[in-house]
Amino acid sequence: MNALPGLLFDGLAYGSLLFLVSIGLSITMGLMNFINLAHGAFAMIGGYASVWFSHRFGMPFLATLPLAFAVAGLAGLIAERVLFRHLYRASHLDQVLFTVGFVFSSIAAATYLFGSAQQSVSLPAALQGQVQVMGVDLGRYRLFLIGAVVVLSAGLGLLMTRTRFGAQVRAAVDNRDAAEGLGLNVGLVFSLCFGLGTGMAGLGGALGVEVLGLDPGFALKYMVYFLLVVVVGGAGTLSGPLVASMLLGVCDVAGKYYLPQAGAFIIYVLMIVLLLAFPKGLGLGRPSLSRLPLSILVRRRA
Amino acid sequence: MIRRSFLAGCTAIATLAAMPSAGPAAAAADTVKVGVLLPLSGPFSQYGRQMQNGIALFLKQHGTSVAGKTIELVVKDDGGIAPDRARRAVQDLIVRDKVDVLAGFTFTASAMAAAPMAKEARKAMIVMNASSSGITAASPYMIRVGQTLPQITEPAGRYAAGQGFRSIYTVVADVTAGHDAEAAFIRGVEAGGGKVSGSLRVPAQNPDFAPFVQRIKDAKPDAVFAWLPPGEAAIGFIKEFDQRGLAAQGITMLGTGDLTDELTIMQTGDAGLGVVTTGHYSMAHPSAMNTEFVASYLADYPQDKWPNFLSVSAYDGMAALYLGLEKTGGDASGPALAGALAGASFESPRGPIRIDAATRDIVQTVYVRKVERVGERLMNVEIHEFPESRDTAAAH
Repeated sequence: MNALPGLLFDGLAYGSLLFLVSIGLSITMGLMNFINLAHGAFAMIGGYASVWFSHRFGMPFLATLPLAFAVAGLAGLIAERVLFRHLYRASHLDQVLFTVGFVFSSIAAATYLFGSAQQSVSLPAALQGQVQVMGVDLGRYRLFLIGAVVVLSAGLGLLMTRTRFGAQVRAAVDNRDAAEGLGLNVGLVFSLCFGLGTGMAGLGGALGVEVLGLDPGFALKYMVYFLLVVVVGGAGTLSGPLVASMLLGVCDVAGKYYLPQAGAFIIYVLMIVLLLAFPKGLGLGRPSLSRLPLSILVRRRA
Repeated sequence: MIRRSFLAGCTAIATLAAMPSAGPAAAAADTVKVGVLLPLSGPFSQYGRQMQNGIALFLKQHGTSVAGKTIELVVKDDGGIAPDRARRAVQDLIVRDKVDVLAGFTFTASAMAAAPMAKEARKAMIVMNASSSGITAASPYMIRVGQTLPQITEPAGRYAAGQGFRSIYTVVADVTAGHDAEAAFIRGVEAGGGKVSGSLRVPAQNPDFAPFVQRIKDAKPDAVFAWLPPGEAAIGFIKEFDQRGLAAQGITMLGTGDLTDELTIMQTGDAGLGVVTTGHYSMAHPSAMNTEFVASYLADYPQDKWPNFLSVSAYDGMAALYLGLEKTGGDASGPALAGALAGASFESPRGPIRIDAATRDIVQTVYVRKVERVGERLMNVEIHEFPESRDTAAAH
């Protein structure tokens, strides 16, 4: 009996889940250099949006996903305009305290609106159960998660490297003053970027409900995992968190299968090892998104 | 706050209604103040709601006057598993609110925090859900009406042994309650002449059960016993078990009642079908009293969904208090109430229950139930019973 191919698949699927719920944080925290611990709150908003639309209006699960993105993105956009924007130039400690406060408020709000009960989504039959591919049982929903990662990371990569918006984001992040001097509306770019990040968080939250569950504690419960992926991967890159989440996912699943008694610790041991080996994160070995063209400008100024 | 004042409002109205019979001379001495400690905020507030509903339902059905006394509730929130907060709240209840009786206690941590104070102040403590083994030894005035974990777990082992399963695995969360459940289950299996072939302990907080479920699938046992914290862990495990087709492969999932309580199977959906658990209360329990209980609960609290073991235990806690006060002629002091209730038995929506004369712990029938579709809903349908089940761990 060879368990390895199945484990590799499960690991990649778990990694995909980690990536999906964390990538939004890589945008808001990494790209914008804003310590956004409120990420989980926006993931939770996306999750509740998906559950609410499907229970209230009987919408199919897949149709609620864009809505989860939109609702969380819009919530992020408003929160950024009203609250977070004032903290961009504040110290990191202030950002941490403020965003953690935001998380607690969101937990209270979710409890008030939806109660403390677990929520669940109903998957379409096509995403349930397993399919057998070359003798290996593959979970359909897990396949779907892996597919979602491929599509989303390609889309985000193109958005950041090939579009005008992407160039503006990179410019604004690398040197805010210079970008403003060139006539860029940095405030707007940051707002949109934050909305994109929180929208991705919402989408990740909605995709995660089936596996992670959803209750008001969601915003806090999985914070460690979001941070793990972004810190190990290197904030502000796309490839870093992608590699990190796959690595963490595969090692975690394989570790729990072969060494169940060490189950809870493997992912943390791996984090320590990876951080010792790559203190700046896996993604910064190569030129990162945020450091592509305008980094030359920065260096000249220095 | 809203809920608290709501309940206080209910009591006030009921008190007003009871006034004429009590007469204008009614003084504080004619009132029995009951301090109720429940998790009304935080991640377990749903538990608190269930229990609060159970208490309110009992008061609505039986009125607030018993043995010439008027019952008055003072409800406090312990916020979940927070012994320090529970200690403060209980101190407040005893010293400032001057309650006569303490009730509630959803978690062992809260009950154990309250026990020394209740013992010193000689207040009766009606424990409605906290389920660690042997806690009634902590105060001579503590009475338990809910369940104990070994009490509902060991029958699962005995049932499994009786089914002729050749290989049985256990999967428990790596926390004290999980270890207790594992030990009780194994004891039950061995008492029935069977053997457990493998035990797995998993992190209590575990986002993905795939590797553990796959491990079980590859080991191909006949049955798996699971004890996991309620909420996303239990739901996640049941779903993964279903997605990977373990049930289809002929592996039976066993558990304790909390694994498939009425609120949990609402979330697992059809993935929960066929899971066999042992517990003290099922909404589907066939008795006239339960039918009436369920109907009144659903009529009064439609927004809180279905009644589960928590609302029943809280309902029974109030029933025990009323029974005790009737026996003592209204004397609510700890020694009198504990003495009156030791050995008492009465009918509950779950079936007949008894308070052990020596340990003041609950003795009751533990039912083996299977999750089946009944009409629109999934229900725990009782298929077998173990009468007179006790807290087995305390005896060992």
